[in-house]
Amino acid sequence: MELLAFGKTGWGDELLIATLMTIAVSITAMLIGFLFALIFTPLKLSKNKFLNLIGNSYTTVIRGVPELLVIYLLFFGGSGAVMFVASMFGYNEYIEINAFITGSVAIGIISGAYSTEVFRGAIQSIDKGQFEASQVLGLKKFVYFFRVILPQMLRLAIPNLSNIWQITLKDTSLISVTGLVEIMRQSYIAAGSTRDPLFFYSFAALLYLLLTYLSMKLINRLEIKYSRGF
Amino acid sequence: MDIDLMITSLPKLLIATIVTLKLLSLSLIFGLIIGLFFAILRLNKNIFINKFAYGYSYVFRGTPLLVQIFIIYFGLGQIEYFRSTFLWVVFKEPYWCAIIAFALNTGAYTSEILRSAFQTIKPGMLEAGRSLGISSKIIFLKIQIPIAIRQSLPAYGNEIILMMKGTSLASTVTLMDLTGVAKYIISTTFKPIEVFIVAGSIYLFMTFIIHNLIKFLEKKYQY
Repeated sequence: MELLAFGKTGWGDELLIATLMTIAVSITAMLIGFLFALIFTPLKLSKNKFLNLIGNSYTTVIRGVPELLVIYLLFFGGSGAVMFVASMFGYNEYIEINAFITGSVAIGIISGAYSTEVFRGAIQSIDKGQFEASQVLGLKKFVYFFRVILPQMLRLAIPNLSNIWQITLKDTSLISVTGLVEIMRQSYIAAGSTRDPLFFYSFAALLYLLLTYLSMKLINRLEIKYSRGF
Repeated sequence: MDIDLMITSLPKLLIATIVTLKLLSLSLIFGLIIGLFFAILRLNKNIFINKFAYGYSYVFRGTPLLVQIFIIYFGLGQIEYFRSTFLWVVFKEPYWCAIIAFALNTGAYTSEILRSAFQTIKPGMLEAGRSLGISSKIIFLKIQIPIAIRQSLPAYGNEIILMMKGTSLASTVTLMDLTGVAKYIISTTFKPIEVFIVAGSIYLFMTFIIHNLIKFLEKKYQY
């Protein structure tokens, strides 16, 4: 138990900070994923063949390639890509991207592909009459998306999004390969310096279980909230 | 774009694909056995057996695969007593540790898939079997199993693809699978995009094959 003590003697405070880091990366990645979904869902639903192809290739490639490979691509290629873009604007210094941004973007791209599929499915399963009714009532596009379509979409999407949240939370453990100090990386460091890997990795597993359990509880509440009236 | 690098790295990556496929097939076989075993336990009416099987699937589905591999590979070796048993012959190899972790992980998901498949079987079919005087063993083998296979095929197909992506984690315990070799080439040449395209295409090709195989089986077992 003294291994988990706070302060200089134990790893308690380090692991607590690492847990907060995991949560921060997961939330950031999830939000980046939504951003990607916001771009690619319309593409997938578009009637234009070319736009459709772009949307489909994104979801197919990302969902068919291991997460670790995507992380390596961004880890090794990320700063190169940013420097290339910067050089077009005349900035030629070396740019280093920190592990947090690389990691959240990598996991965000992955969760975005799954979110895109969920949103596409949710929009497609909304009754056509709802779209027509809003047009007949002369609602502005903005109003009818946020007041009519989105609430119904969320009700259908939340159970699936909760799955994606769980996957994203677990995927963040893979960012440890880039050196970002989240639960997995911190356990690796602690296990290395105390020579007690069994304890620290089991504790890491416990922390992840706790996170998935708590988030399930929270999401269930949201689910109840958005399925009022059904 | 460095086309030469893409061409020269292709054979290395293809050899590594064999490792990936071996890992995948062995863990799927063991995972299916574990999954079937725990699915049957889940359907048991005894509350302790039931809770035990639920706990297994909850723990393995609620924690990252990476933690599971690390506990098995780095953690178990720490127990003095464990190292003196014959099991150590298996557990000291990263290859078998990875397979055990993958099998336990996919077993947890498979048990959930099979459980829900068993539960969707209409009671009328079992009653029909019973009223014809068929023994419960035959009912299980000839009625429940084939229907459950058909019901679980789409979900199991997804699980195979997820597992194929999961085998990439074997590279974290020193195994040179497709991702491991890809990472090695990237870190020696610093050409991540080229290597990603080649390795990613191999993975996509495997996904494509698995996807179509499952589609074919679904058609075959349609009723």
